[in-house]
Amino acid sequence: MSHDSKHHVIPLPVYFKVLTLLLVLTAITVAAAQVNFGPWNVVIAMLIASIKAGFVLAFFMHLKYDNKLYLVCFGTGLFFLIVLYLFTFLDIATRIKVDGVL
Amino acid sequence: MAGASDKNYLNEKSGLWSWLTTLDHKRIGILYMISVMTFFAIGGTFAMLLRAELFSVGPTIMNAKQYNQVMTFHGAIMVFMVIIPGIPAFLGNFILPMHLGAKDVAFPRVNLMSWYCLITGAAVAFFSLFYNGADTGWTFYTPYSISTQNGTVLMVVGAFIIGFSSILTGVNFVATVHKLRAPGMSFWRMPLFVWALYSTALLQILATPVLAITLLLLTCERVLGIGIFDPKLGGDPVLFQHFFWFYSHPAVYIMILPAMGVVSELIAAFSHKTIFGYKAIALSSVGIAAVSFFVWGHHMFVSGQSEVAGILFSFITMLVGVPTAIKCFNWVATLYRGSVRFDSPLLFALGFLFLFTIGGVTGIMLAVIGVDVHFHDTYFVVAHFHYVMVGGTLMAIMGGIYYWFPKMFGRLVNEFWARISFVLIFVGFNVTFFPQFILGAMGMPRRYFDYLPVYEPLNRISSIGAWTIGTGFLVGLGVIIHGMMRGEKAGPNPWGAKTLEWTTSSPPPHENFLVQPVVTAGPYEYR
Amino acid sequence: MSIAKTAEQHGHHHHAHHYESAEHEYNASKFGTWLFLVTEILMFGGLFVGYILFHEKFPHMFHAGSTFLDWRLGALNTVVLLVSSLTMALSIYYAQVGQRQKTLINLYITLGCGLIFLTVKYIEYSHKFHEGLFPGAFFTYEGPEAHQFANLGMYFSFYFVMTGLHGSHVLAGMSLITWLIVRTHKDEFGPDYYTPLECVGLFWHLVDLIWIYLFPLLYLVG
Repeated sequence: MSHDSKHHVIPLPVYFKVLTLLLVLTAITVAAAQVNFGPWNVVIAMLIASIKAGFVLAFFMHLKYDNKLYLVCFGTGLFFLIVLYLFTFLDIATRIKVDGVL
Repeated sequence: MAGASDKNYLNEKSGLWSWLTTLDHKRIGILYMISVMTFFAIGGTFAMLLRAELFSVGPTIMNAKQYNQVMTFHGAIMVFMVIIPGIPAFLGNFILPMHLGAKDVAFPRVNLMSWYCLITGAAVAFFSLFYNGADTGWTFYTPYSISTQNGTVLMVVGAFIIGFSSILTGVNFVATVHKLRAPGMSFWRMPLFVWALYSTALLQILATPVLAITLLLLTCERVLGIGIFDPKLGGDPVLFQHFFWFYSHPAVYIMILPAMGVVSELIAAFSHKTIFGYKAIALSSVGIAAVSFFVWGHHMFVSGQSEVAGILFSFITMLVGVPTAIKCFNWVATLYRGSVRFDSPLLFALGFLFLFTIGGVTGIMLAVIGVDVHFHDTYFVVAHFHYVMVGGTLMAIMGGIYYWFPKMFGRLVNEFWARISFVLIFVGFNVTFFPQFILGAMGMPRRYFDYLPVYEPLNRISSIGAWTIGTGFLVGLGVIIHGMMRGEKAGPNPWGAKTLEWTTSSPPPHENFLVQPVVTAGPYEYR
Repeated sequence: MSIAKTAEQHGHHHHAHHYESAEHEYNASKFGTWLFLVTEILMFGGLFVGYILFHEKFPHMFHAGSTFLDWRLGALNTVVLLVSSLTMALSIYYAQVGQRQKTLINLYITLGCGLIFLTVKYIEYSHKFHEGLFPGAFFTYEGPEAHQFANLGMYFSFYFVMTGLHGSHVLAGMSLITWLIVRTHKDEFGPDYYTPLECVGLFWHLVDLIWIYLFPLLYLVG
């Protein structure tokens, strides 16, 4: 062929390693869910999911090698989503309960 | 050469199909202009009907159910189809690329699609008229919106589709500002209108999707009975309000920020002086946009929200007054010792200053929880938001239309009648809405079909004012149409302004600039 | 003797008039796509926020609801989407190095994965409907869990709305990939132009990202 793209090209082995990692993490999260860690189950599950998400973002979606602006975009969206959750949760959590009911 | 300068974006291609399939941001801006003006006429007619009904105690021209429907339509049309798209999609689409020295927005096809989203969504919403629409008020609060008449679903779906128009415009504008600035145009050399549109676009991108999911959930609630907002299934009706206002509060800044951008342009141009505090005004737009995400609960002080949350929201809301006040002070400082021309665009900018200040200050009053407990759902709130939305945004749209009219159509409007339209609108506006502050303080509830006899005199004054505003806008419409058809031909820069759009012909050619502009100075170098 | 296509013949693309170059257009398109992804994050995010809030309110009911889900089918779908993300990224890789056949193959595999995903979902949904586990007002399941938790229907409301919205995005992604396949057949992409592949790829990865969170939330921890 004539030439490769002028843009950064992620080498093939990297892609396959990332997939392997993702599959391993999936197996781990399934295994962890079989054990009862109480309220920590959710935390562990979300943590593993976030690590997987991080790899998809960094490599499959190229964020590691791209303009930082795209990372800022993504982070900003996430930030305001958290604001939506946080303030709503703050309201619900601080409502006065009568006989244990909101 | 002479032949080349006769061609412009208006006459380059003719026929309806060339307009409906255009990718030219200027034509798309004009398409939006026509749509928004049409929707304004419809929403305005509903307003005239409302004020006719409220002219007297008891049923005057409609019954209670009809009143609730008319009131809902008035609000929904004005919010979703007029004030939100009004400046960004019309003036913004036309002017933003030119302010940047670009040939078009980043994604012209997406731009056209955004217009079709507005039109389609509007069609769906208007189709709900066959089912009497909704009677919930434009805020669609649950649980009433779950159980009330069927037209509600169509209106909600219409609003959902219209939301995509806003989202796509936002994506386009942010990409355009980042990627299509002319050589030499740094961020600090962009006109303030661009900073305003950019901040607005950030809100459109971040907030509107939450409205989308809220309306989707409401529709599922009605159609499938999913029970997220329904207390019978353990759902929470106040959650609907959290989700709704997470969008709708930033939405009111989507409505006002572009207007402030227009005002900055008008004041600089008609003071023939560089704007005072350019960086402060630019950053205040971004600041207002950012803070707007943290205050939505001030619409919910009496809804059952916790006091703790209420206090937090109240405090942050007051902070919004700071960047807003910075703008107002800087505009006044710009006018001071400027070479001021009291042409009709400036009259509207001055009207904005006066009316928006009243609207803004009454907003700060409402931010105080103790005050809001008394004023919530009274006419005080109605007066407040009309002062900022009509006294603010609509004034700015009128000023912007008169200011950019020569650029868009290559003609001048009749200045005398333009000023008459200003007087009628400004006076009519105050006569309509100032009494409503008093009515609210006296305890008159909003969204009520009827009221106690003690409120009648002020309601009558308000209604007379409303018809005056209506007349003023009709005069304005006449000024615009007459100007388009018979206005005196305009040169490239009738106002002597300094931003890039005035360096090209009026109307501009399809590519905006015959030669790519290279920017070597700021946008307001008057001297 | 084979005649290799020159760069001008592969993916020959006229960039739009308001851009200085194809590279300029590529950067703007990518940026615009990321901005659009932000809107998707906020939209789906709203659903997740609602889910979390109610999970906190009714933890035992939500756990009971999750026992109706088969984690093995969920895990299968997770694997399927992860693989499809790889093949989507590979299709772009092969376009970047000018190998049209391999671009096509990977696009087809991605499409196929989408189809598998939707088929598994179809199986899951049919099974639920068979049990009377419908969303909202149509919920007719009468088993012991329904008696223990009066609002068990709410769990399935979230389940169907969240997986339904996600599924509709899988479908949308598949349509876009089909469009890419058509264009790749017509040899419109190459090392100098593969912008649509990149942008659709980003969208497809987002769909995968959402499922990465949906799977544990719905299937594993309830």
